[in-house]
Amino acid sequence: MRGLRDIWVYLAASPLLHLTLTLAAYQAGYWLYRRAGLNPLLNPVLCAVALIVALLAGTGTAYETYFEGAQFVHFLLGPATVALAIPLYRQLQAVRRSAAAIIASVLTGSITASLTAAGIAWTLGASRETIVSIAPKSVTAPVAMGISEQLGGLPSLTAVLVILTGILGAMLGPPLMTLMGVKNWAARGLAMGTASHGIGTARALQVNEVAGAFSGLAMGLNALATALLLPLLWRLLF
Amino acid sequence: MLFYLTLLLSCQLAGELAVAAAGLPVPGPVCGMALLFAALLVFGLPEELAQLGEALLSNLSLLFVPAGVGVMLHARLMAQDWLPIAAALIISTLATVAVTALLMHVAGPSPEPEERQSEER
Repeated sequence: MRGLRDIWVYLAASPLLHLTLTLAAYQAGYWLYRRAGLNPLLNPVLCAVALIVALLAGTGTAYETYFEGAQFVHFLLGPATVALAIPLYRQLQAVRRSAAAIIASVLTGSITASLTAAGIAWTLGASRETIVSIAPKSVTAPVAMGISEQLGGLPSLTAVLVILTGILGAMLGPPLMTLMGVKNWAARGLAMGTASHGIGTARALQVNEVAGAFSGLAMGLNALATALLLPLLWRLLF
Repeated sequence: MLFYLTLLLSCQLAGELAVAAAGLPVPGPVCGMALLFAALLVFGLPEELAQLGEALLSNLSLLFVPAGVGVMLHARLMAQDWLPIAAALIISTLATVAVTALLMHVAGPSPEPEERQSEER
């Protein structure tokens, strides 16, 4: 048995194990999602996260140890965000035609996102740290963490709330818009990107290229709008 | 392919530098996206770059998994404030989707003719 334990100790310390775990868990989640007929409620990110958290908790592995392997996947977020310029460029005509409507919709959505989140958390008696950390929840993680820090929140809690918002938006957004009768791909994409940043964009891209392009654009615009507006609103209200 | 991967990373690096130098309120990669967009406007979109973008973006969801697992770091605070957190996240996300989609649906231009046809079918 000693040999086996030595192998485990070696593997648990190398990035290979947790990198492989991340890819395998996501593919298991994606397989389930496809088996369920692309049901948005079986979000692959949610399934993968749940599976990995259960395994790490079961083996007593720290998040830091896991992240040493997973960071290689995490790193690709940067170049992937840059690559969102490609679908945007392909939809240039459509974007140019509706520039004013895009800006008005994203600005209104951005203010709705931060005020309702902070307002509901405050009404239900959340701690001050939680209220501040939840306000920028619809913004892409790096910007949201910066805003949270500036206003006195917990950046790492904000990162988690941002991811949860993304998953919720990807799960509940499409059925809600179908219920509302919004069939226009531009409107659907814009709403996904504004409410649930990159995770909403990833989901929109899986469904339709127009929706993906508008979603990526909305994510960038919402990041800019919230970073500029939220600190001002905060000073006015609190 | 390698050339275009270098291009993506260079845009990100230039974005990070611009953000740090000018104190912009957006993250480096979002600034890099704007830079690549400007470059595409000038030079057009080469097929190989389109393929690389497709490869990265078709698995975009996967890239959020490592950050999502960070939920385990805040288990205690989340357990303490679980009701306000759950209510705020769900209601606010639904409200944001509804407001943005409705406004764009009403204010945006009508769908393309082929899109309208497929809706009627």
